[in-house]
Amino acid sequence: MSASTTAPSQADVPETPVVKPSSRARRAGRGLLGSAPIFLILLVVLVAIAVRNPQGASPEYYLALLKRAAPLMLLAAGQIFVIVSGEFDLSVGALITAVVVGAAVITDGDPSLSYPAIGGLLVAGVAVGAINGVATTRLRVPSFLVTLGMALVISGGVLYNTGGAPSGTLPQNLRFFGREGIEGVPVIGELPYSVIVLVVLGSVCFWLMHRTNFGRQIFAVGGNARAAALSGTRVHAVKTLAFVISAVSAVVAGILVAGFGGLSNDAGAGYEFQAISAVVLGGAVLGGGRGSVLTAMAGALTLEALFTLLNLLRLPVELRFTVQGVIIIAAVAYASVRLRASA
Amino acid sequence: MTTPANTLRRFAGTGRGLMADSGALVFVVLGLLVAGSWALVGPSFLSYENILSIVQRSVALGIVAAGQTIVILVGSLDLSVAYLVSVTAVIASAIMQGDPALMLPAVAVCLAIGVIVGLTNGLIITKLRVNAFIATLGVALILRGVLNASVDNFTGSVPIEFQALAYASLGPVPYSIMLLAGVFAAGWFLLRYTRLGHHIYAVGGDEETARLSGIRSHRIIITSHVIVSLTAVLTGLFIVSRLRAGAPWVGPDGAYDLESIAAVVVGGTALAGGRGGVLGTLAGVFILALLDNVFNQLQVNPFIKDIVRGVIIVGAVAIYALGSRRRDG
Repeated sequence: MSASTTAPSQADVPETPVVKPSSRARRAGRGLLGSAPIFLILLVVLVAIAVRNPQGASPEYYLALLKRAAPLMLLAAGQIFVIVSGEFDLSVGALITAVVVGAAVITDGDPSLSYPAIGGLLVAGVAVGAINGVATTRLRVPSFLVTLGMALVISGGVLYNTGGAPSGTLPQNLRFFGREGIEGVPVIGELPYSVIVLVVLGSVCFWLMHRTNFGRQIFAVGGNARAAALSGTRVHAVKTLAFVISAVSAVVAGILVAGFGGLSNDAGAGYEFQAISAVVLGGAVLGGGRGSVLTAMAGALTLEALFTLLNLLRLPVELRFTVQGVIIIAAVAYASVRLRASA
Repeated sequence: MTTPANTLRRFAGTGRGLMADSGALVFVVLGLLVAGSWALVGPSFLSYENILSIVQRSVALGIVAAGQTIVILVGSLDLSVAYLVSVTAVIASAIMQGDPALMLPAVAVCLAIGVIVGLTNGLIITKLRVNAFIATLGVALILRGVLNASVDNFTGSVPIEFQALAYASLGPVPYSIMLLAGVFAAGWFLLRYTRLGHHIYAVGGDEETARLSGIRSHRIIITSHVIVSLTAVLTGLFIVSRLRAGAPWVGPDGAYDLESIAAVVVGGTALAGGRGGVLGTLAGVFILALLDNVFNQLQVNPFIKDIVRGVIIVGAVAIYALGSRRRDG
């Protein structure tokens, strides 16, 4: 693959941060092929749900789906930063559990402590992300191991503090974000706060990745870390920041999960693999350099919609894992075969 | 150019000489841990019973870690072993149903499943070019879904004759320890004296170079994946003989995926492939079992163990990574 054609006309395309040989046509093709399939798949799944659902498809029904999908979509919006930078973050599931359990322990049902608790958990999230990032970049440990190790440390810490069964209660004003909504909205009835949080933070992530210098640096680092470093990008700092964004998204997702899921020691279990499945379903390339916040979030919504479809088809809930397994292999194989074809 | 980074790298390079490829460091650590544990726990730590118990605790993890060593040496890794252990335990026990006549067919079926899973992993990695982490994670999720959808509790049972594997001994030596020793001897022999073994190191060191010098690298990678899957099957068979019946949670509860990788890494095998060996892994397995044993004897909260595990895994990789020169550093 390395000694393939590098026509001079391709090599001097100006204003491209990506140093690898890459033609405009390929980049344009990527925009179409890279993003279109997921929206098509999403549409197919949503239609299938409408067909299988005995109550038919109402706006409320799809809004409820969106509300359920909100934590995973936020998680995918954070994870995509790490994936595009060329790394993995598998600590998010444990972090979600820690947020749910931590919020109950800190507040113990006292509403006046809710906002300090949220603030504290966000700070803890930043710390977790920073540790993940520093261990990956400075200690040179592969990120999947760092973050799996971090997951062990976090869940061990949670179990140690709760003695195996979580205690304390979640105050109503903390659960409010995941549970409540603005009543009396025309057509849809209730507009859940979780959807508002999703739209706002999703937009922030989109802006960060696709409209800022930092976003371009993430793509550069993931595409070719050495080239990025030589052109003045602080690779370690950019990657670390990506881990921080992912961890913060997990904290916010955790607060939403606390809202509609409630207190449990496995509140976040499995979210890490769902987040990875979601982003690869959204066309991100593992190893870095390619991906988008929008398609990652669409991937997350598609995954949640697939789960809903499994329920409607009365299939065992455990098959969710199998679906994820098939998805990540198929999506990654598709991306790598296509990447080879276009190289 | 004597930039600080260069100096640091040279310093780290010196460190690498100390912990040489032989993986001597891990044996030093093991020795220090034994001494430390003896001091902490007291003379009972070095009693025959306690040592036997540590070694016996190492059997299940050790077998699969030997396979994991081979697949990591070739530059890959296998996260599907934990669920393959469960699948084996459940299927073996479901087929045997306590009937000794069905022992052989059950073992044969499980080994065949191991070959299929290994082939699947290897083919996805080599032919579909999916990175090993994702491919084996995907296969793990597929096995998990199918397994949990079909079974949710202990299923079937294994006959007394099969339980001998875990409980009986030949003279003073338990069969389980002979099994562990046999697997590691086979792994050591394979890596040291066979063509396949040398090819595994070559492919793990640099797949492109290996391929250009005439090694069929895909075939080597696939074979290595079949080997690790077979060791996962052996671990599953050993566990079901110990538990007397198979349950779907035995693999993930033992965290054989992460623990086996931890043992390999602690044992000094480079995660990038090409350097290391099974003897270091055996020492790594003993280190993990020994820590378990000491924690139990000192009645440390079991959840603290998870935290220590996490730190050990990351710490071990970090020490070796910082100690070795990176070509692209």
